[in-house]
Formats: sequence, structure tokens, C-alpha cells
Amino acid sequence: MSEKPKNRLDEQIDENLRRVYQSAVNEPVPDRFAQLLAQLRKSETDSEKSEADA
Amino acid sequence: MSDPRDELVTHLPAMRAFALSLARNSAAADDLVQDSLVKAWSNFDSFQPGTNMRAWLFTILRNTYYSLHRKRRREVEDPDGVMAGQLSVKPSHDGSLAMRDFQVAFMQLNDEQREALTLVGAEGFSYEEAADMCGCAVGTIKSRTNRARKRLAELMGMEENETYEVTDARTLAVLSGKPAA
Repeated sequence: MSEKPKNRLDEQIDENLRRVYQSAVNEPVPDRFAQLLAQLRKSETDSEKSEADA
Repeated sequence: MSDPRDELVTHLPAMRAFALSLARNSAAADDLVQDSLVKAWSNFDSFQPGTNMRAWLFTILRNTYYSLHRKRRREVEDPDGVMAGQLSVKPSHDGSLAMRDFQVAFMQLNDEQREALTLVGAEGFSYEEAADMCGCAVGTIKSRTNRARKRLAELMGMEENETYEVTDARTLAVLSGKPAA
């Protein structure tokens, strides 16, 4: 059984692609996103509270 | 009890990488991630527990990108090459020229090609998953990735039957026909 091998050029392109992508993934995530999530959670909690109070 | 939304934060690095491959500059990419995150949060009901949250988030992100981009394209014609000329691609951490040139070549692909290649080639989604996320046929994703790889090879001056180790500046200089900076 011979599975058709992916050609070498495509392999190299994918390897480069993964390396570039991985280096972007490895970038530290700016604080603004943690703040945004905290804010979303807070506004939800606040509105639940005000609903409960009403 | 844990909130399933706690998982969102673990996908942020990948969302930013995917957004960068679409938006092509980091400020626009982070705005895109922010918009997507707000949408994901407020539509969290539409996420089916047990399914792939990353795929769900990427779908939101690419839909957000395309709706913004289409609007913008109506306002400003953006012929091929103009965006590529304005790239703010940072060299990778090892500073290798090879990676930077690869990035520049990648950024010259069209939206659909960058998207398909990132989903399948970089993130490792199956053709079926990528097709689901992009709302197109599996064959469409396959042909987009094939064309994208072919175009990249052209842009990088790579040819089949030749072997390259794209690892250092000197090799890349040979590859691209440009002198090493």
C-alpha cells in the first residue's frame, strides 16, 4: 500500500506556515482582552443584580 | 460550578494569530478579536457545549472580518498589492529573514487563500471543519489551499523537485533571488 506522499514543496510551505502561525500564537496577549472579559462579566452580573432588585 | 465561558481566554492567542492572518496588521487584528469576543460573549447561547469552541470562535471572527471588509471595500477600492505594501509584519522572534519573507509572500495571497491555508495548514482543522466554518464546500477549501500553496511557491521562487531548507537568511536569499539584507 502506498499512500500518495504530499510533495516536498507543500511540506515545506506548511512547515513555514506553522512556524509563522506559531510565532503569532506565542505573542503575549495584551491586557485589554482580560479587561474586556472582566468588563463583560461585570456588566452581566450588574444587570442580573438590577433585575433581582427590581 | 465552572462557567464554560472561562474557556474563552484560552483561545485568545489563536484568535489573535488567525485575525492577524486575515487583517494583516496587528492593530486591525486586535480590533477584530475584540469585536469577535464581544459577539461570542453576547451570543454564547449559540455555542453548543461539547463542540469545538475554537472552531466556533474562528467562525465568528471570520464572519466579522468579512462583514467589515466588504463594507470597507465598497468605500475604498483596495487593489491587490496596496495592502501588501503597507504591511507591518514584524520579524519573528529569531529575527530570521526567511520567516519575514514568507510572511510577506503569505500576505499577498487573497483573503480566501489566507483563510483556508491558516485553518487547514497552520491550525490543523480538517477540510470538512474548515468548509463548515467558511460556509462553503469541502472541494472549495481544497482548491483554495492548493492554489494558495502554489501561489506561495511562486512568490517565494520555490520550485518543485528542488529541496530547500528555508531556515536562514542566506538560504532564503538564494531562494528569493534577493541578496541577504
